[in-house]
Amino acid sequence: MKEIGLEMDLEAQEKVELCRSVPADLQMSYIQGTDLFGYVGIEAVLDQMRRKTIKAGLEFNIMVVGQSGLGKSTLVNTLFKSKVSRKSCTPNYEEKISKTVKLHSVSHVIEEKGVKMKLTVIDTPGFGDQINNDNCWDPIVKHINEQYEKYLREEININRKRRIPDSRVHCCIYFLPATGHRLRPIDVEFMKRLGKIVSIVPVIAKADTLTIEERHEFKERIREDLTVNGIDVYPQREYDEDPEERVLNDRIRESLPFAVVGTDKEHQVNGNKVLGRKTKWGIIEVENVAHCEFANLRDLLIRSHLQDLKDVTHDVHYETYRVRRLNESNPPLISHLPAYPARPITMTE
Amino acid sequence: IWLTSIRPLSLAGHVGFDSLPDQLVNKSICQGFCFNILCIGETGIGKSTLMDTLFNTNFENFESSHFEPQVKLRAQTYDLQESNVRLRLTVVNTVGFGDQMNKQESYQPVVDYIDRQFESYLQEELKIKRSLHNYHDSRVHACLYFISPSGHSLKSLDLVTMKKLDSKVNIIPVIAKADTISKSELHKFKIKIMSELVSNGVQIYQFPLDDETVAKVNTTMNGHLPFAVVGSTEEVSVGNKMVKARQYPWGVVQVENESHCDFVKLREMLICVNMEDLREQTHTRHYELYRRCKLEEMGFKDTGPECKPVSLQQTYEAKRQEFLVELQKREDEMRQMFVQRVKEKESELKEAERELQSRFEQLKRLHADEKSALEEKKRLLDDDQSSFGKRRAAAQLLQAQSLTANGKKDKDRKK
Repeated sequence: MKEIGLEMDLEAQEKVELCRSVPADLQMSYIQGTDLFGYVGIEAVLDQMRRKTIKAGLEFNIMVVGQSGLGKSTLVNTLFKSKVSRKSCTPNYEEKISKTVKLHSVSHVIEEKGVKMKLTVIDTPGFGDQINNDNCWDPIVKHINEQYEKYLREEININRKRRIPDSRVHCCIYFLPATGHRLRPIDVEFMKRLGKIVSIVPVIAKADTLTIEERHEFKERIREDLTVNGIDVYPQREYDEDPEERVLNDRIRESLPFAVVGTDKEHQVNGNKVLGRKTKWGIIEVENVAHCEFANLRDLLIRSHLQDLKDVTHDVHYETYRVRRLNESNPPLISHLPAYPARPITMTE
Repeated sequence: IWLTSIRPLSLAGHVGFDSLPDQLVNKSICQGFCFNILCIGETGIGKSTLMDTLFNTNFENFESSHFEPQVKLRAQTYDLQESNVRLRLTVVNTVGFGDQMNKQESYQPVVDYIDRQFESYLQEELKIKRSLHNYHDSRVHACLYFISPSGHSLKSLDLVTMKKLDSKVNIIPVIAKADTISKSELHKFKIKIMSELVSNGVQIYQFPLDDETVAKVNTTMNGHLPFAVVGSTEEVSVGNKMVKARQYPWGVVQVENESHCDFVKLREMLICVNMEDLREQTHTRHYELYRRCKLEEMGFKDTGPECKPVSLQQTYEAKRQEFLVELQKREDEMRQMFVQRVKEKESELKEAERELQSRFEQLKRLHADEKSALEEKKRLLDDDQSSFGKRRAAAQLLQAQSLTANGKKDKDRKK
């Protein structure tokens, strides 16, 4: 048996409360913060949870949106340090500009230290490439809603699967070209619409064309434009759960959008092999925070906020969709039904 | 959209998503954990003491009487904290279990309680605007069934109750007050209990074997079921340590000594190793079963009679129509009843009115009679009066006559 020295928190408050799931004839009492004299073993539940997650594996779906040539596929490959997208690796690949926005979804399984992840990258070739870009976000909005719909149907079934396959888009990276000026109309329109249904992370693509001062000013102007247009990007202010999280997220919000550079080529710098882009005037080190903010983006997306992205998608965006959907063809008579206050209905065939 | 087949990819460096389990754990630490235990056992068998011993604390304990007319359940919720893990523990005890003369319905309140918790979760899940991640999960995750240490076999009450509960909750049977049984008797008792459970088809909770880290420990423990436990919150000094124990004249039974009883095994299995699995089983197996049965009972199906997928909407619309028709019928019935009642009331009132009228007539007649009687009397009185008046006048006349006659007589004498 392990002997662990524990620090107990003593709270002497006693509340008597009726738990709403228990009718009044059952006696209920509510005591806060009892101190435990000795070892019980509750902390072992953390390990149990860890093991369970590792065994179950996880799914992560990321969508990249931006005009062609902004380096979307390269960035994804750099993020996940593997050839996720074949585009940039096939030699002499000539990208044909498609006539409409088509969504292209690729799934891979990657594993690190026992943790398996099914990564799905959804690419959007053709976005913003046409002469007339009206409503070019429609196929994207449709795709995102379709994933929510699929999940909703599975959830409503009588016989449900043990684990519902999650194909909902957890994160949408929006690529802003490094013009140095402001947001363009297409950027504003897209982010306004999609900010309501998915978590958007805007990035400045090919940021090696901006100096540090230009970058700073560009970012400020973008942040201004975002506020003026009422666009909420990830991490959204209203979902901060406690003051600690707010402080952390405020720092992130102050440095949005991240200016990134992507590459999968390695070069020698000071005796180390680093990922970088070699030019005549120097080597831009991708993972050097003094050069670009790729590392910040990677840390945000993968190392610290991966679970949070999934949670926000599940608890907020999916629920919003569900509420909207269930209310669609409900006449108000539903609330007068005797048994269940509301039943999930409305499935278009 | 076209999907290419899923292929495994090798990573050229450290990406960092291996921190995901830690991210998840951190989130759970912030939110806290929830665990609900149900203890079923006869009065005085040691349920509260065992809970106190298990969680090393003093819960509020009321000693129950043996004269409860019905089985009741008492639920108490506590917020416990160990280092940085916060646990919201709900302990539900049965009160009066096994005390009644007729125990046929003893299991019913327990089943009802478990179903109620499932029901309220289902209600929340089916709401349009719901908040599942904030929901205080009150579903029972583990059920400790306390077996009396008779040494022979299970009571029929035990078998019946466990059979009713095995598809609704994870049952972990324990032998209570195990310090009354000797080691050899205990071994035979355990074997007998397990064989009775198997032969009666009772599905108790099996510790999971699918995770290699814990499979070995769990397999051994599965073989030690049911755990023979002794509970005590009193400390006795043994050697140079204070240990939880029960002191007898013939020796000291140490609770945490594995050769004395299985308490440590129970604590390991229930809390340290399988708490998360118990919660998962409750959610994915027992709750899903309840949900499926409940929804099917209400008439919802996934596929229709020709095996075409029936949308919930169709079933729902049909049910709604049914309901509206029913509503209309009831409304009509009520209206009819109302009209009926009004008619009845009306006739009653009319009846009353008639009665009143006849009584009035009666009174009037009475009055008239009395009046005529009185008038008759008055006439008689008048007659009497007038005849009296006549006689008086006559008498006066006579008197006057006799006076004058007397005066004449006097005058005559004087002459």
